[in-house]
Amino acid sequence: MKANAARLTETDAMAAAVAARDAAVCVLRLYVTGSSPRSARAIFNIRKICDEHLPGRHDLEVVDLSQHPMLAKSEQILAAPTLIKILPLPARRFVGDMSQSERILQGLGLRGASKIPCLA
Amino acid sequence: MTEFQTSRTIVGSTGISPRIAKDATPVQRARSIKGTMTKTMTESLPTLPKVRTGIEGLDEITGGGLPAGRPTLVAGNAGSGKTMLAVEFLVRGATQFGEPGVFMMFEESAAELAANVRSLGFDLEELAAQKKIALDYVHIERNEIEETGEYDLEGLFIRLGHAIDSIGAKRVVLDTLEALFAGLSNHGILRSELRRLFRWMKDRGLTAIITGEKGEGNAVTRYGLEEYVADCVIVLDQRIQDQLSTRRLRVLKYRGTAHGMNEYPFLIGAHGFSVLPITSLLLDHQVSTQRIPTGVARLDEMLGGLGYFRGSSVLVSGSPGTGKTSLAAKFIETACQRGERALFFAYEESSAQIVRNMLSVGIDLERWIKKGLLQIHSSRPTLQGHEQHLVTMHDAVRAFRPTVVAVDPVTNLFLAHNDAEVKPTLMRLIDFLKKEQITALFVGLTTSGDATSAPDDSQLGVSSLMDTWLLLRNVEFNGERNRTIFVHKSRGMAHSNQVREFVLGDQGIDLVDVYLGGDRVLTGSARVTQEAQERAAATLRGQDHERKLRQLASKRKAIEAQIAALQAEAEAETEEVHFAIAQETLQVTATHLDAAAMSQQRRVTTGTNGEAKENP
Repeated sequence: MKANAARLTETDAMAAAVAARDAAVCVLRLYVTGSSPRSARAIFNIRKICDEHLPGRHDLEVVDLSQHPMLAKSEQILAAPTLIKILPLPARRFVGDMSQSERILQGLGLRGASKIPCLA
Repeated sequence: MTEFQTSRTIVGSTGISPRIAKDATPVQRARSIKGTMTKTMTESLPTLPKVRTGIEGLDEITGGGLPAGRPTLVAGNAGSGKTMLAVEFLVRGATQFGEPGVFMMFEESAAELAANVRSLGFDLEELAAQKKIALDYVHIERNEIEETGEYDLEGLFIRLGHAIDSIGAKRVVLDTLEALFAGLSNHGILRSELRRLFRWMKDRGLTAIITGEKGEGNAVTRYGLEEYVADCVIVLDQRIQDQLSTRRLRVLKYRGTAHGMNEYPFLIGAHGFSVLPITSLLLDHQVSTQRIPTGVARLDEMLGGLGYFRGSSVLVSGSPGTGKTSLAAKFIETACQRGERALFFAYEESSAQIVRNMLSVGIDLERWIKKGLLQIHSSRPTLQGHEQHLVTMHDAVRAFRPTVVAVDPVTNLFLAHNDAEVKPTLMRLIDFLKKEQITALFVGLTTSGDATSAPDDSQLGVSSLMDTWLLLRNVEFNGERNRTIFVHKSRGMAHSNQVREFVLGDQGIDLVDVYLGGDRVLTGSARVTQEAQERAAATLRGQDHERKLRQLASKRKAIEAQIAALQAEAEAETEEVHFAIAQETLQVTATHLDAAAMSQQRRVTTGTNGEAKENP
């Protein structure tokens, strides 16, 4: 019984943490290079993901590196397009035209939480 | 493109020796023509435009440097010196040739790199502050990156482009691009992007060095970078032999130009990278007809009366204790006395020990050290590989600029190692010194000290590189050992074929004629004894002659006295005779007178007649 109760509180804490995390604003920055079709595609795709999965709690900024080349160095950009998840931590990077939405969702922590066995 | 053209012409006019131009194959020419659009290029048609790296030796091997406006691949194992070569290429470009450069690194941060190359005397941070060099560290962490579809490396292009534009770079280093392969999983994209990158750099006229890790087996690089960099490939290698490590460099490929094909040892020393080309490919150094004295007057006499040629190499070989070092020291001292600078490389004794020991034969080296005309570099031969020694020597010679160099002993330094490597190494040293018109005296130790045996084989191998070869020998005879010297060979001058005795004394070195009498050659005290005996005999002979002469003189005197006596006797006799004659004459006269008186008397008595009758 006692163990059961303890387990219950643990589950509660976990659930609360997940809720808090989900409620937090996701800060994203997408670096693109000029107005290439790939850039346009990436912008379109990430906007779509944000609107669908993070409605109202995302902060997406699109930066054109060809306008701000010095940012490439300071932000360690190599490939383009590159999406950086600044918050919540840990920071993550995604490269590509953001067409593989599953991987992005996983990386953003929007998928896979339910896959943790103890919460199944 | 215009920028590119100008840089090409500058390089074309300065960096390339006309030799390559002559050697250019028709294919090369065709290539050059194909690659040209403007008149300036057609003028410098015969050669591929090259950019000097400023790295010692590398420009000589490549016949002027790396291909201008093209990427060069530098491949090698970890720790083979790829990054150092790349850094020096940039630093020299920025400081010596006015070509700023971008260093894009993928493996270590800018601060780490700056710290690493500070030991070579390169201050990257200072150069970066002066906008001569731009440093960019590209950090890739594979597990931080999620690939979500198609991408390109435009970010890298923008970064590189920005860095290049910010300082007007002409040179670029990418160290090492292979980190990209580890960082990004889509190698298909990566490869096409690298191809685009090299094309882009070529279009911008950037001379680039791309470094790459050596691949397994015969592969030049692990990820086949050589596929993209087709113009020039340099391979670096580090090998351990006899517990000594030697770095080697080879130009695997250099399109459109003649280049040294061999493996060349190189070093990363206090002044950076230096490649040691065996002979700088040509045997074309200037020669001097000027002669410089050896320091021993009699030895000069043996060498046509004037001594060594300036800029020649001299081997003084002999068994231990034959006075080789003394001869070297004397030569050095004489150079200093003329006011020339001299360098003494000692591999057996410390500097202080040499100074002390040489004082015992009347050679004061301390004085010249204090005056700044002499430097003694002492080190153990086993301290470094011989290539490293060679570079140390190069550095010392470059820094001190002597006109005379002595190496004592060259045998310890080189001959202990693998024989096949000795000759090229020594050849390189000799070539370098000859090119600088430095007279070099090498001391060689022969193991077989026997007076009668032929010189050591290994020495013979080395001796062909030498212009003058003096052989010192110990001659053991009559319970003592003496030193002899003779000129084994001396190119380009009449030289004595005589063996001389080599005498070391408080007053210095002297050569004495050996005793060549009868059927023997005598040296040392035997010579002295023999000479004394001869002297005594000569004296005796002289005295004998004098005695004989004296005897003759006295005999003559005696005879003369006899003659005088006889003459006197004769005179006396003559006088006697005269006297007797006179006496007789007188008597006769007197008798006549008496007779007259008598007759007178008698006439009186006869006249009177009575007188007689009267008297009785």
